[in-house]
Amino acid sequence: MRFDRHYSGPFGLKLAAACGLLFLHLPILLIFVYAFTTEEKSYQWPPPGFTINWLMVTWNRPDVWQALGLSVRVAAISTVIALMLGTLCAAAVSRSRFFGREAISLLVILPIALPGIITGISLRSAFSIAEIPFSTWTIVLGHATFCVVIVYNNAVARFRRTSGSLIEASMDLGADGFQTFRYVILPNISTALLAGGMLAFALSFDEVIVTTFTAGQQQTLPIWMLEELVRPRQRPVTNVVAMVVVIVTFLPILAAFYLTRDGDQIAGAGK
Amino acid sequence: MSAASVTAAGAGAPIIMDGRRGPLGRLSDLFWRNPRLLLFLMLTPPMLWLGIVYVGSLFALLLQSFFSIDEFSGLIRYEFTLKTYGELFQPANLDVIVRTVTMAVAVTLSSAVIAFPIAYYAARYAQGKWKALFYLGVMLPLWSSYLVKVYAWKLILAKEGILNWLFAKLHLTWLLDAWLSLPIVGGNSLSFSYTGTFIVFVYVWMPFMILPLQAALERVPATLIEASNDLGAPPGQTFRRVIFPLALPGLIAGSIFTFSLTLGDYIIPQIIGTSRLFIGQAVYAHQGTAGNIPLAAAFTVVPVVVMGFYLWMAKRMGAFNAL
Repeated sequence: MRFDRHYSGPFGLKLAAACGLLFLHLPILLIFVYAFTTEEKSYQWPPPGFTINWLMVTWNRPDVWQALGLSVRVAAISTVIALMLGTLCAAAVSRSRFFGREAISLLVILPIALPGIITGISLRSAFSIAEIPFSTWTIVLGHATFCVVIVYNNAVARFRRTSGSLIEASMDLGADGFQTFRYVILPNISTALLAGGMLAFALSFDEVIVTTFTAGQQQTLPIWMLEELVRPRQRPVTNVVAMVVVIVTFLPILAAFYLTRDGDQIAGAGK
Repeated sequence: MSAASVTAAGAGAPIIMDGRRGPLGRLSDLFWRNPRLLLFLMLTPPMLWLGIVYVGSLFALLLQSFFSIDEFSGLIRYEFTLKTYGELFQPANLDVIVRTVTMAVAVTLSSAVIAFPIAYYAARYAQGKWKALFYLGVMLPLWSSYLVKVYAWKLILAKEGILNWLFAKLHLTWLLDAWLSLPIVGGNSLSFSYTGTFIVFVYVWMPFMILPLQAALERVPATLIEASNDLGAPPGQTFRRVIFPLALPGLIAGSIFTFSLTLGDYIIPQIIGTSRLFIGQAVYAHQGTAGNIPLAAAFTVVPVVVMGFYLWMAKRMGAFNAL
């Protein structure tokens, strides 16, 4: 409230907000508890005992490492492609007004606006029509497509804040277009790109809906988890992997938040 | 581009400088003189990618929905027909569509109810450090792994899991059993019932509602609420007549996410829920084991049409103007 800075809101509202946030966080915390349970066969609560034994077992599992390796590779390649395409698109859209500008922003956003299953099945039918065999690259094709929008959103927000007169000043002082890009534009947008890249990495690392259609027989880490969810083999290992995935995705999100928190639009507001 | 130096009378400095030297310099000059060329070059790679990879595949899919499958040979007949779309209206398929849309509506409404207090508190009362904490508190669950979230609920809803334990500790097991014996929402256990599916859907998609809602609420001027109070409106009336109408665009924007995401999901109902299909599962089953790609393609057109209609309604209600 304007007139009373210290009034912290009605009790009912506080309670409802707190319960809502607890509802969002308790299930994730539960994952951390289950990663250390001694129970193997069921999801028994409360856990009969705690052990760190399963961390070692998971560490020695080659299938987990393979899935993790593929996931990291796909996420890294997709992020690089998305960074290039998203930045180009954002630069073009924010620099000038031209016919079809709205259509281009819509086209960029479409892959995450439509349900993922549509992207997935259309890619799959396109692969089968064009007779493209499944490989790492078919996964990358899908992932990069929806990662572009993440980078694009971050870059557009930053370009909007970057004053055009800086670029004109650089050109007036005799720098050519490439020098201007290297010494003026890039330093201005670098944190936004870094944040966008991290979010794109996190999104790709976690993606499962499109991936099931474009992976064929290969297993990314989310596909591995999905297998375990549908047909559980060794539950404690799944618990540990789930915990690791939570940690691995939280770090880039936190980093992206700190990189862009002073701006008018904080990274990650839209997924 | 070797423009001759024009020297201002009486001064030594050139007004128009010579063209830059070297291939890079000349290229830079070329771009400066032809901004359209630079624009074209910048837009070509992303448009080629999105145009070929994404729009191309979407068209490939749409095309397939106009083919049909031969009932005897099980092969796809490549001639134009609307027969596959007709199949969507068979009772079994219509059931799937109605079930999915009903679920999406229920999930959207409940998400709005749970999200509102969080968004309202974050927008009006939280300040400084608390505001950042609220923001992260929404962002982390939003971005944390989708499958891990589903897995967490499998742990929670399991027969030997924490929820049943909690009900037993509170001596409320009878309540849970009574709920599970209800016709539609019930089932063998929570993880094999629509109730379970519904809870997980709300959990996974609700964060997408909070952020747009919070953005809309932050734009409601506090003075308006004070004015409403001063004019004698009780809090309930202020909410109904002032806050809610002004927050509606944000609510609709958030509902687009929750609605669309629920429509297309096929993993949650597969892991937690009954054996009755949702649209996403139907698509998955038809394209996979059944090999009926035309019907799968026709099924995917349903969420697109529903979402198109939804967006049109949202636009008519002015949700986009206010955003």
